[in-house]
Amino acid sequence: MIAIVDYGMGNLRSVEKGFLKVGVDARVVSDRISIEDARGVVLPGVGAFRDCIRNLTDADLTDAIIKSIREGKPFLGICLGLQVLFSESEEFGVCRGLDVFRGRVVRFPESGLKVPHMGWNTVKIGRRPPAFNGIPDQSYFYFVHSFYVAPEDMDIVAGTTEYGSEFTSMVWKDNVLATQFHPEKSQELGLKILKGFGEFVKKA
Amino acid sequence: MLAKRIIPCLDVKDGRVVKGVSFVNLRDAGDPVENAKFYDEQGADELIFLDITASHEKRKIIIDVVEKTANDVFMPLTVGGGIKSLDDIRDLLRAGCDKVSVNTTAVKDPFFISRAAERFGSQCIVVAIDAKRVSGNMSDATGEEWFGNPSLKDVCLKLPQHPPIPPSPPFAKGGIRGGLVWAISTHGGRRMKLIDAVKWARKMEELGAGEIMLTSMDMDGTKDGYDIELTKAVSEAVSIPVIASGGAGTLEHLYEGLVYGKADAALAASIFHFREYTVREAKEYLRAKGVAVRL
Repeated sequence: MIAIVDYGMGNLRSVEKGFLKVGVDARVVSDRISIEDARGVVLPGVGAFRDCIRNLTDADLTDAIIKSIREGKPFLGICLGLQVLFSESEEFGVCRGLDVFRGRVVRFPESGLKVPHMGWNTVKIGRRPPAFNGIPDQSYFYFVHSFYVAPEDMDIVAGTTEYGSEFTSMVWKDNVLATQFHPEKSQELGLKILKGFGEFVKKA
Repeated sequence: MLAKRIIPCLDVKDGRVVKGVSFVNLRDAGDPVENAKFYDEQGADELIFLDITASHEKRKIIIDVVEKTANDVFMPLTVGGGIKSLDDIRDLLRAGCDKVSVNTTAVKDPFFISRAAERFGSQCIVVAIDAKRVSGNMSDATGEEWFGNPSLKDVCLKLPQHPPIPPSPPFAKGGIRGGLVWAISTHGGRRMKLIDAVKWARKMEELGAGEIMLTSMDMDGTKDGYDIELTKAVSEAVSIPVIASGGAGTLEHLYEGLVYGKADAALAASIFHFREYTVREAKEYLRAKGVAVRL
């Protein structure tokens, strides 16, 4: 079973339904035991960085998430679930993240760009994660965010997207895959990634 | 590169699509899920359900519609119409909807938008603005109450300062004619407010809106094209995405709204419902003219 972590933010139903559609057993959970018992962990989420960290802490879920990552359990972060993996965010002052990866979460510059970056944009695949079998390079995925991640270690970058300038839209290191875009909102190709993640979990 | 979005809009009444996809072999033409699937297959970028259910008791039906749609369709889904409270938003998001669009409630209480954005994030709060050219005949319009609220004073129109603008083709590729002013309307166009639509858009952005859905009440239903000047004026005034709406009758109109009007997305209903064009045809047309779209 894959645990979809519910911490009171975002549209989890779509993630769960997406997995269901492609025949992967994934369930929304909100307690640490279920995260520990799961074979894979998905951290979705939209909204504010600070609220996300606060809700995870209040629900006593941060340790369980970090532990499962350290143990090598397959992990999929989506949108805010990518951002909170980093050291800190500059959203509403500086806020500490889970610090799985070194780096900062920064805002798109105000230079005539529309923010949030909302809609379908292409992902240039630098390194191909296991869940990306059959996903063509430069495919369109659905984004909605105002902040993006700036990793210190560029080796973790697996995909980039152009918006004003090039930003990191996907990271992948060992068991951890995280996307800035929403696979669960990206129609057929997005579902393919969820299916790919399910297969990755099965093999792990 | 970020693609310009093409968004079909479906009117839903008491859980049934009215004026939905016609002349197609849908098993049930009034079924929102069937309609949503149809557009999903055509490569629509998002979908908007406009809930026009009149009775308050039947409002909950839309939740069920969203849930069923989200089971089968994996693209962004927006619901507009009748949203009055934070609980309404919570229920819709929980059912599987990604964004809600708010009009009348924002006009009654602009700070509702701040509270909603703070709680759910700006990305899911769309403010719908129904704008109408100020024609001088606004005797039945209300809005004076705003003058008492200091933070909203700057969005108000003072009619004597604006001479009547004769209604004219909304086409102005080069720019926006001087003196052109739009007021906003609520309750589906039935009531006018003495509020400047462009300034209102800016105010909504300031209070936390993540997107503006801009409908020209002058052009809506005409099939003569979007109000390009209105679209351009609002798009240039805010730094959040703007969806052009109201008046699309041809593929050229979509192009005009996205390119001359500088909108980030084009909403259309009838040209898709009556199968004059498919979403794919629209996108192929736009791509051939150099517009970045997802195909």
